[in-house]
Amino acid sequence: MSDPRDLVMRLDRITKRFGALTANDAISLTLRRGEVVALLGENGAGKTTLMNILFGHYVADDGRVEVFGEPLPPGNPRAALAAGVGMVHQHFTLADNLTVLDNIRLGTESLFSRGASRATARARVEALSRDFGLAVHPDARVGSLTVGERQRVEILKALYRNARILILDEPTAVLTPQEAEALFATLRRAIAQGLSILFISHKLHEVMAIADRCVVLRHGKVVGEVATAETSGAELAAMMVGGEIALPEARPATAGKVLMRLDGVTTPDKGAAPGLKRVTLDLRAGEIVGLAGVSGNGQAALADLISGLILPGSGSVSMDGPLARWSPREAIRQGIARIPEDRHKTGTIADFTLTENAVLEGYWQTGFSKAGLMDWRAAESFAEGIIAAYDVRCPGPAARIRLLSGGNMQKLILGRVLEPGPKIILANQPVRGLDVGAIAYVQSRLIAARDGGAAVLLISEDLDEIMGLADVIHVMSEGRLSPGFARGSKTAAELGLWMAGQGFDHAA
Amino acid sequence: MSDLFDILLSVSFWAAAIRIASPLIFATMGELICERAGVLNLGIEGIMVIGAFAGWMAVYLGAPLWLGVTAAMAAGMLFGLLHATLTVPFGLSQHVVGLGVTMLATATSYFVYRLALPEVTSPPKITPFAPMDLPVLSDIPFLGPVLFQQTALTWAALICAGLVGFVLFRTPLGLAVRAAGENPAAVEAQGLSVTGLRMGAVVVGSGLMAVGGSFLTLSAFSSFFFEMVNGRGWICIALVVFGAWRPGKAVLGALLFAAFDALQIRLQQTPLGAHLPYQVFLMAPYLLSILALILMSRRAEVPAALMVPYRKGER
Repeated sequence: MSDPRDLVMRLDRITKRFGALTANDAISLTLRRGEVVALLGENGAGKTTLMNILFGHYVADDGRVEVFGEPLPPGNPRAALAAGVGMVHQHFTLADNLTVLDNIRLGTESLFSRGASRATARARVEALSRDFGLAVHPDARVGSLTVGERQRVEILKALYRNARILILDEPTAVLTPQEAEALFATLRRAIAQGLSILFISHKLHEVMAIADRCVVLRHGKVVGEVATAETSGAELAAMMVGGEIALPEARPATAGKVLMRLDGVTTPDKGAAPGLKRVTLDLRAGEIVGLAGVSGNGQAALADLISGLILPGSGSVSMDGPLARWSPREAIRQGIARIPEDRHKTGTIADFTLTENAVLEGYWQTGFSKAGLMDWRAAESFAEGIIAAYDVRCPGPAARIRLLSGGNMQKLILGRVLEPGPKIILANQPVRGLDVGAIAYVQSRLIAARDGGAAVLLISEDLDEIMGLADVIHVMSEGRLSPGFARGSKTAAELGLWMAGQGFDHAA
Repeated sequence: MSDLFDILLSVSFWAAAIRIASPLIFATMGELICERAGVLNLGIEGIMVIGAFAGWMAVYLGAPLWLGVTAAMAAGMLFGLLHATLTVPFGLSQHVVGLGVTMLATATSYFVYRLALPEVTSPPKITPFAPMDLPVLSDIPFLGPVLFQQTALTWAALICAGLVGFVLFRTPLGLAVRAAGENPAAVEAQGLSVTGLRMGAVVVGSGLMAVGGSFLTLSAFSSFFFEMVNGRGWICIALVVFGAWRPGKAVLGALLFAAFDALQIRLQQTPLGAHLPYQVFLMAPYLLSILALILMSRRAEVPAALMVPYRKGER
């Protein structure tokens, strides 16, 4: 291992500033032949910036990169490719309307040549996909592929160009557990063939599973470097956030009266997504109801119903008596806080300011509008209040929300819906894609709201999250709802059987 | 009804359809290249005007016809470069820039025309491209006069369409241009220059649009007059959509529109023409084109990055 010829890449004191922010502060790193190095860090620690410098998308302000002993010219993706660096981006760089083969060939042949024959290119792609276990059809349109298949195309692109170093930016963020396993198998084959891998992630168990060495980044600096064999997940997590993480402690709940009752509610199916099938559910004050289940089993329909987006086809919804009318605005009026599943698509408007986003739910209410005119001063002080109380890291209320990290965006949404003191909180995947610190924060806020007497409905695909937070757990499968199970009364394996659809026949 | 059949069976109708389609084919190919690279070029109408004018002016001043075509192309590429500079590296709104280029190019043409020829009342004439009479081929009954008694510029239009199709779908350059219109980040990640590809496509595409304009003065008519392009550029933008961004289908679309146009002129002279106002006939090609457009373009795959400026390193 100490043979200097084994050294394939060396970063030397890489520094990159964006305005006042130092995203990378004198980062040094080495990668050897056949080695997997994991780059760990919370969102915003500077991982992606570093990768973009390596690949030539950004130019570093200081420091240098050596690949196979040769310095890499800065800001030149072509040079990085030629030096054998292949990058699999977090957001795939594929053209949907082109075929797999065309995406792979793009840029590999001189533009003004006639080009190599498609048959030759196809044969090489097929050989590579066999050798590395990357099954994908060369003539398929990329737009018709699943996320996992697209990632294989990205890896094939790098291998087709004879990459010797693979950089993977959060490769498992979008994969199912099975797809992630297949990816790891591919990576092991690549290592066996002498490739080296730089693996960026914040999922500790994956890092422990595949990496030889871990480099931990925090606030743009390297704060630790350890061999995976000599560390533990807890130690790495502490390094990432700079101290022990205070996991939210859930005291047993004291459930109060029923704030919302669904009685035998059925809603129509929406394409492939099932609607609700005779769902009966009580949401009580001071109680967190966890809804477990594989995504696409009716959770969306339940969330839409409670949000006021759809009406029950049959059955009834009541809140202090039957609901006379039901709409999104009525839901807000009745004190329902909605934390939507996709904070980018339905939770915020990217190019609006923090102030505008903060009042999206309540801009029409008295306090924010006077005689049909917006009271922007009130709106801004509301936003400032949220920024201070919920620790939203941002340049200020006038900044576009696009600039915020996912965690900070979620904190703003949290503040927006929790500040008015809601009766019912619909939290749909509230911590998806957030880092450890933000997850703990969001969860502790939900617990605090419960202790304050709100009813919380927590929808999540993460069983650990549900089992840790919920006082009562229901499982959803194909639009059916299981009976409620008290905290700790069912094991993960038992809940897993319900998630797979077993048990419903007797319960229904 | 029998009038309609007489028209559809006449040699002159089909010959006219191909003739009318020629400028549309050039300009549609130009627009198609731009849009495939991700840039909507609304400068097309004005670039056709400047092409018509520059080609005619060059020949009027004594240049040979093919040099006139070259002059038209150069003028078009110049305005294309202006469009590309503003929309690609500067990333300005493609709508605003395109309309601006159309107004600028049109006004420049008229202005220079008036400056050069302040006195004339009726537009001066040049000797345009003559129909080529290919031995043997021209003598084939029906097909001969329809296909082989056209001018060289019509042939150039058809060859140009074939060439555009070949380059776009059979060469690495075409692949890169198409990828730039689908996902510029993918192009960047493969070490190619998005700016270079897009600017190149807009400049070359604008050159073709101008050649399409020059067909009007150098082949169809023999003089330059105001309003002669008369919305043909806008039709070409619709034809690109109609053709689902594919050169072959776009040529068919151009021929279809031209056929409607040739048909309406002839229908005006039938007994039907005595009963209906002539404006109805003038309207017909556009109405039928809109109808065809609706039917044909439902499942078209728009280049995903069309009208999306690319800024390097932006998230």
